[in-house]
This record gives sequence, C-alpha cells and structure tokens, in this order.
Amino acid sequence: MYNKGTIIPGLIIFVLLITFPLWFNAFSTASTVPKVELPPGGQKECVKPAAEMRANHMVLLNEWRDDVLRNGNRATVTAGGKEYRKGLQTACMACHTNKEKFCDSCHVYTSVTPFCWDCHLTPSVAAAKKETN
Amino acid sequence: MIEKALKGNSNYWMWLAFLSAFIAVGGICYLRQFLYGMHLTGMGRDLSWGLYISQFTFLVGVAAGGLMLVLPYYIHNYKAFGRITILGEFLAIASIVMCLMFIMADIGQPLRGLNMILHPTPNSMLFWDMVVLLGYLGLNIICGWVILTAERKQVKPPKWVYFFVYLSLPFAVSIHTVTAMLYCGLPGRHFWLSAITAPRFLASAFAAGPALIVIACLVMKRIANFDAGTEAIKKLTTIIMYAAIINAFFVGLEFFVGWYSNIPGHKHSLEYLFFGLEHHGHVYNNLVPFMWTSVFLCFGGLALFGYMKIKDVFNDVWVGVGCLMIFFALWLDKGLGFVMGGLVVNPLNEVVEYYPTANEIGITLGIWATGFLIVTILYKIAVKVEHEVEGHQ
Amino acid sequence: MDKQRRKFLKIAGVTVLAGMSAPVVVNLTAAPPALASAGKGQATTSVPAAAHGGEAAPKGVRLGMLIDMRKLYGRPELLEKVMAVCNKVHNIPKIDNKKSEIKWIWKTPYANAFIDQSTNHSSKIARENDFLVLCNHCNQPPCVRVCPTKATFVDTKTGIVAMDYHRCIGCRFCMMGCPYGARSFNWMDPQPFIKELNPNFPARMRGVVEKCNFCGERLALGKEPACVEAVKEVGAIVFGDLNDPQSEICRILDKEHTIQRSAALGTQPSVFYIV
Repeated sequence: MYNKGTIIPGLIIFVLLITFPLWFNAFSTASTVPKVELPPGGQKECVKPAAEMRANHMVLLNEWRDDVLRNGNRATVTAGGKEYRKGLQTACMACHTNKEKFCDSCHVYTSVTPFCWDCHLTPSVAAAKKETN
Repeated sequence: MIEKALKGNSNYWMWLAFLSAFIAVGGICYLRQFLYGMHLTGMGRDLSWGLYISQFTFLVGVAAGGLMLVLPYYIHNYKAFGRITILGEFLAIASIVMCLMFIMADIGQPLRGLNMILHPTPNSMLFWDMVVLLGYLGLNIICGWVILTAERKQVKPPKWVYFFVYLSLPFAVSIHTVTAMLYCGLPGRHFWLSAITAPRFLASAFAAGPALIVIACLVMKRIANFDAGTEAIKKLTTIIMYAAIINAFFVGLEFFVGWYSNIPGHKHSLEYLFFGLEHHGHVYNNLVPFMWTSVFLCFGGLALFGYMKIKDVFNDVWVGVGCLMIFFALWLDKGLGFVMGGLVVNPLNEVVEYYPTANEIGITLGIWATGFLIVTILYKIAVKVEHEVEGHQ
Repeated sequence: MDKQRRKFLKIAGVTVLAGMSAPVVVNLTAAPPALASAGKGQATTSVPAAAHGGEAAPKGVRLGMLIDMRKLYGRPELLEKVMAVCNKVHNIPKIDNKKSEIKWIWKTPYANAFIDQSTNHSSKIARENDFLVLCNHCNQPPCVRVCPTKATFVDTKTGIVAMDYHRCIGCRFCMMGCPYGARSFNWMDPQPFIKELNPNFPARMRGVVEKCNFCGERLALGKEPACVEAVKEVGAIVFGDLNDPQSEICRILDKEHTIQRSAALGTQPSVFYIV
C-alpha cells in the first residue's frame, strides 16, 4: 500500500468525524430524556391511548386539520367523558396548558421544529395579550 | 464539457466577478426578505404583484424567443442559423432559471413550493405554467447538450433528439401562452382581460429574445472571436422588426378598444401608463416617462433597422444599438408597464401606485445577474466547442 | 456487459420517474370533491327556473348574507362595531398602513363598493354613508379557480369559500382573481399587531393570504356569524341558506329588491344588499 502513513490516519480521522454525533451523545450529559408529566388539571385520559398519541399525534393533528377545515367534519372528540372541539387550541391545549412542558421539551429533545405555533396560540400567549389591553 | 467554462482570460473572470457581486447583494437582500417578510417589498394589498412577477413574465418571453432561431433552422432548414441555434437554446435555459427564481422570490411561503406538485390543480393556470416551464427547461437542456456534444465529437446528433427538438417548438409557444393566461382570464382586471394578451406576449417575445441573442453575438464577435455571420444577423433583425411591429400594432388595438368603446375600465390602465390617470383631483403618472421612452425606443429601433435595410448598409454597432433599443423598449412595455398598469386601479376603484423598494430591486438585479452568469458560462462552452471543431478541420 | 448496464439504467430511470409522478397522477385522477360537485350542479341546469344568465339549480346548502343598509344609514357606530367584533373574533391584526393592512369586513363609500353602479345623481344617503363589504363567497369563485394548491376551495357542505392556511404558498394569485378586493396577504408576521387574542381561534403566519370565512367556526357551534350578531339589535344582517326557500334570507330576498357587487362578472356572489 502506498502512502500508508497518511491514508490510515486520514481514514481514522474521517471515521471519527462522521461518527461524531454518536460518540458525542454517548459521552455528553447535556440532553436527558424528557420526563413526562400529566396535565396540571388532573385529567387522566386523552382522546387516544398515551402510547399512540406519543407516536402519532402529528398524524392525528393533520387529520383533524383536514376534517375541520376541508371536509366540514367538525364532530367533537371525547376524552375522559368530556367533549372537545377538534383542534390544537380547542382540544389539546385545553388540558395540556403548558406548551413549554407539553410540546417543547420533547420537540427540542428530538430536534423537530413544527410550525404549529406560527399561527396557533398557546393559553399563555393568549392570556398575555388579554392583560396588556 | 463544463471544464471549458473554467478556462478564460482575465476579462472573462472579471465579468463573472462583477456578476457575482450583484448575485451576492441579491442573496443578502433575499435573506432579509426571507427572514423579515415581504413587507420589505413595495407590494401591498392592492398591488399584490410587482417587479418579480413582471420580470418573470418578460423572461418567459425571452425564453420563448429562442423559437425564432430553432424554428427556421430545424423546420425550414435555414442553414445560416446553424451556428447560433444553440445560443437560442442556452438563452432559454438561463431565462427559465431566472423565471423560476423570480417565482420563488415572489411567493410568501417558498418552503411550501412543492404543494404545487403535491396538490396538483389542473384548473389553475399557475399549475400549467409550472408544467410547461419545467418541460421547456428540460427540453432545452436535453437538446442543447446533446446537439453540442454531437458537434464536438463531429458526428450527427442522435435521431431521438429530434423528437425533443420538434417537441420544444410547441412548448416555446405554450410557455408564453400559458403565462398570458395567468392574466387574461381574471374577471375584473380589465387591462388584462383581453384575448390579444397572448398574441401580444408572443410578438414581443419574438422580438426581445432574438434581440438579446443578436447583442450577445455582436459582443462575442469582438471579445471571443465568434462570428455568427452577417446573413444570420440580418435575418434576425428582419424577424425582430416584424415581431416588434406586430407588438406595437396589438398595443394600438388595445388603445382603439379602450377609446372607441369608451368603457372606463378599458381605458384606465392605458391612461395611467401613457397620460396619467386623474382620480379625485390627483394625477397618477409615475410610469408615463417610462412608457413614452418605450415608445420612442421601439420606433427609433425600427427606424434604424428600416434605414439599414433600405440603404442596404450593415454595421455591427448600429445593429447592436437598434437591438438594445428594442430590447429595452419591450422590457419597459412588458417587464414594467403590463403588470403595474393592470393593477393600478384596484377592485374598489381606488388608485394605488407602485414603487419598488431598494431591497426588492436588489433581489431583482441579483436574479438578472444569475441569469447573465448562466448565459455567459453556457455561451463560453458553446463558443469553445465551435473553436475546437474549427481547429480540427 | 455495457449493454446490460445501459438496459438496467434505462429501466431504473423509468421506474424512478414513474414512482415520482405516481402521486401526481393519483391526485389528478381523484377529482376534488368541490369541483366534482360543482360540475354536477352545472349539468342539472335544465330546471326551468334557471333562465339564461341565471344560476344553476339549487343543490345542497349555500350560505348567503343579506345586508339591509337601510338599517345602518346614519349609524356609523354600528359599522365600526361589526368591524371590531370580526377583528377580535378572528385575531385580525390592526396594521396602520394601507399597504399591508388586513381586512375581512370593512366599510367603504358607495362608489367603491358598487363600482358598476352609476354615481351620477346618486342619492344623499348613498353619498353620505359607508357600506359594508366582505368576501362574497361566490358560487363561481375566481379565486378558487386560480389557486394552484387548492388552499382556497368551496366547502361543499356550506358553499363557503374557505381557506386552508396550512397549504397556502402565498402566490397571491387569488388576490388577482378576486374582483372584490376581499383578500389580504400577510406581508409581515401579524401577531405583534393583534390587540387582543381570542384563545379559541388561531392567528395567521406571514406569507399566507386570508379573508372572511363566514364564521365557519361559530356556525359549527350553532352560533350566527359575529357580524350578524353584532347588529342583531337592528337586524341589519340576515344570514342563511340561499337554497332553502323557507329560510328567512330567501323570504326577504323574495320580497325586497336587492343588488350585488359586480354581478355582471358572473361570480354569482352570495352577499346581497338592500340600499
């Protein structure tokens, strides 16, 4: 093999670099798996089982969006014996009032940035605008 | 073949650096618009289309103008255009890239652009415009590249490519027809609601596109030792003359319809563009100087060409001047007046004038510079291949 | 060897192309429900009631609005109230800049609201009063015709011309198509300009077009549109199904002479005026 002296160290550096995220995460303590909390209002039941919501809430939100906006299907959903209007603000945030804990903690951890909050309002944002006026 | 664009003299690199400076400024301006919002443009609730869309409209025409070289050569076997048809195809590529950039600069949610394909909507003319523009871009890349490669290898182009060459002819017409249909099918926009819009677009395209190619040929004759041939240039100026005259005729027809019918909606835009529109005691006329410049440049260019034809003189400089005049005249007519004129009276009969902002102009110049950069590189490749072939013979 | 490779590349290329274009083909062949039913509506114009230049035979619900301006003349405070209520309910920003402003329902002089009506010798009332204008929720909406993504569409269950802000790409073609100037584009982030937030309705983001939605969200709760409710005391705005002859709006339309904005354009507006 020619240029053994440069190729092998080069390869090692290359492999280290591309695996950087893996071993950085392995040794870093900066990120810990977010701890899940039940909503402050004490509700125990969601519109679907927690595991399913955790995995597929974005799919459900898209379905609701299309139902409400496009298909004219505004039938309510039931959770814990209570009826809710389909929607992020009208259903989800009714119980999970704290966006930072309920949405952001996991979204930051998994590094996803959904654009829900460009338009939709959290209870705290809506309340803030009420007080100033 | 791309490697041919990587060798050039200092002028070549200076020119590319000059264009890159504009592109960099345009890029920064676009970043500002992307991050802060489109209120950085001069567009507003009433004039919700502006410089971007009007440049797009004009450049679709420049792209379609390549037809005036491709059609005589491939259909009528007009050999004098043999050396320059490739220039028409390459100009079309650059123009369409500019068009697509202008569209992306214009839409409020560029990251959702793919919604056009994810939710295809055949009743929208914008959907069809996307289809024909992407199709025409693809056809020109295929035809231009394959034919140039064949020329370089000094073999005949493969037979299959002619299918795409012939297909590109109706596509050239379709891109500008569909672009006209964006405008001419809207109820309540009287200036645009005219069946002559599409023919008028085509006529001005068949003058503006070839005019730009003639200018490029004359420049390359001086600096790149590329001679398109006097016969080809003469024929092109004839085509430009007829197309520009037909365009002027169509504009005249619009005037007739407006003034003879005396329907206010048909007159407002033309009044605003050429004479100033009086509304509640205020005269709105910010485009009047531009439109009359357009008129004088158009007829000046035509007179110059006419003189040269009658006296049978041919002079590179004067041909260049004439082409510049006509190109600029048509740019003012379509790249400025058509969109702004059509929008000046809003659906509630209020008059709103449009002034582009510096940021908007920065983006516009940046996109134009990108187009010129692409044209320069593609023409460099084309000319180098021709030189290489001539060197072999 | 070389030939086989070529063949493989060809097949692979064609397969990739087919795969990429499949969703387009599937979507194209599945006609959107709104358009499909509109087409059917057209096909049944043989009903004698639909005279030449008239509208297609009624089918399903078509919500409409009747604005009785007689009850609003000389009462500009009521117009202000209507606008304020709509702004509040729908989180509409207040931008003090004509270029960038956002309007769902607003007031304008007679000459601007009814551009095809003569203002020569117009009555004192028409000269001195402002008129309410809003999206006409047309039966043949040009905005829906031109939208390249179906972000704006006709809700088949109500006839409302609706907006899907999640899908709008902000090309503003609908604003070109609308002959009523009823659409507004968010030139900047609207949230800092919203005075008071309604927690039960979203705001919008920058880069999308918005307009009146006939209070679809309130109708779902069995409420009337906010503007109707705002002037309930004088009963100036009547809302209901234009396809139901028994509805209040149809009974009034039967009795009174009404006009529409730019009806000659064939958009078949669903907003009627008594002036």
